[in-house]
Amino acid sequence: MERNHLQRQIAVMRQSLFDQGLVDEQFVQLEELQDDANPNFVEEVATLYYRDSSRLIHNIDQALMKRPLDFHKLDSYMHQLKGSSSSIGAKKVNAECNQFREYCQIGSAEGCVRSFQQLKKEYGALKKKIEAYFQMVRQAGPDKTACSRN
Amino acid sequence: MATAGEVLRRNLPEKVEVSDGSPSGSRELHVLAVDDSHVDRKVIERLLKISSCKVTAVDSGTRALQYLGLDGEKSSVGFDDLKVNLIMTDYSMPGMTGYELLKKIKESSAFREVPVVIMSSENILTRIDRCLEEGAEEFILKPVKLSDVKRLKNVIMKEDEKENVEKRTFKRKLRDDEDSPSTSPPSPPPLSPVCPAAKRSRLHNTKD
Repeated sequence: MERNHLQRQIAVMRQSLFDQGLVDEQFVQLEELQDDANPNFVEEVATLYYRDSSRLIHNIDQALMKRPLDFHKLDSYMHQLKGSSSSIGAKKVNAECNQFREYCQIGSAEGCVRSFQQLKKEYGALKKKIEAYFQMVRQAGPDKTACSRN
Repeated sequence: MATAGEVLRRNLPEKVEVSDGSPSGSRELHVLAVDDSHVDRKVIERLLKISSCKVTAVDSGTRALQYLGLDGEKSSVGFDDLKVNLIMTDYSMPGMTGYELLKKIKESSAFREVPVVIMSSENILTRIDRCLEEGAEEFILKPVKLSDVKRLKNVIMKEDEKENVEKRTFKRKLRDDEDSPSTSPPSPPPLSPVCPAAKRSRLHNTKD
């Protein structure tokens, strides 16, 4: 049946988000806040995350072009990015944020630049997967998502 | 100039009973959530709503003070609506930190007894100690979970209930004392003692 196949695809996709270490337990916590009245809560949070974080990423990009680097400012931006990344359960992005902050602490410009490239990669990869996942969830309709409070 | 809150305090206990016995009779907690992160505000709002709390979410300490009428300006909200049972604030915010907000709340006579919970993504012991010493009810590590909110709600409701029982006892005693006008008015019931050691153990990070 078309629907069952879609449900299974959704479940597989969701599992791979965890298996690949892209999301952690916090993602599950958010899923558990969904119900019939709020079936798309996680997607809403994710959308908000990508909107806010894209601005932060742009700011960090700009800041990384200045010489000398303002490590305090960079750390402050990264603290914000890390905060919202961990709130949504973005495990790998969160780890990259930590890495970046370590380079800020020791004042390594090269380290910051390199780790930010890596961060953007992880960030982009997660965005792609998550958007595809939610698109499928929406396709399946409001009935049963992979994980909810129903 | 006395704020609305200070006037209310002097009118204990009748006015308090009126605002506690709200028309709907609901014991819904009203939580003021303060966080500059839009994502975190959305999440905390949801956590609180699921836990049957009324939520007012603001994005800065300044706005929180405005809402509470502590910014020196006239409060935009009528006092009866302003019964806030709990304030949850992020620690790291631009402008006014959660710690600074905590201090301002504890300095106010109207809201110093409202429990304030600090949320932070950073597990820094000196930061935690500072907040608890300044009178924070708890320090919760982010990301905040539903179990954190549920536990918090139980703690606050128990304290609220205890306070209400004390107030009712106080009122009964007042009535009794009205028959003997020569006695001086009784002092208000003592607040539960602050125990820093006990509060420190209330650092919670419910990681499984």
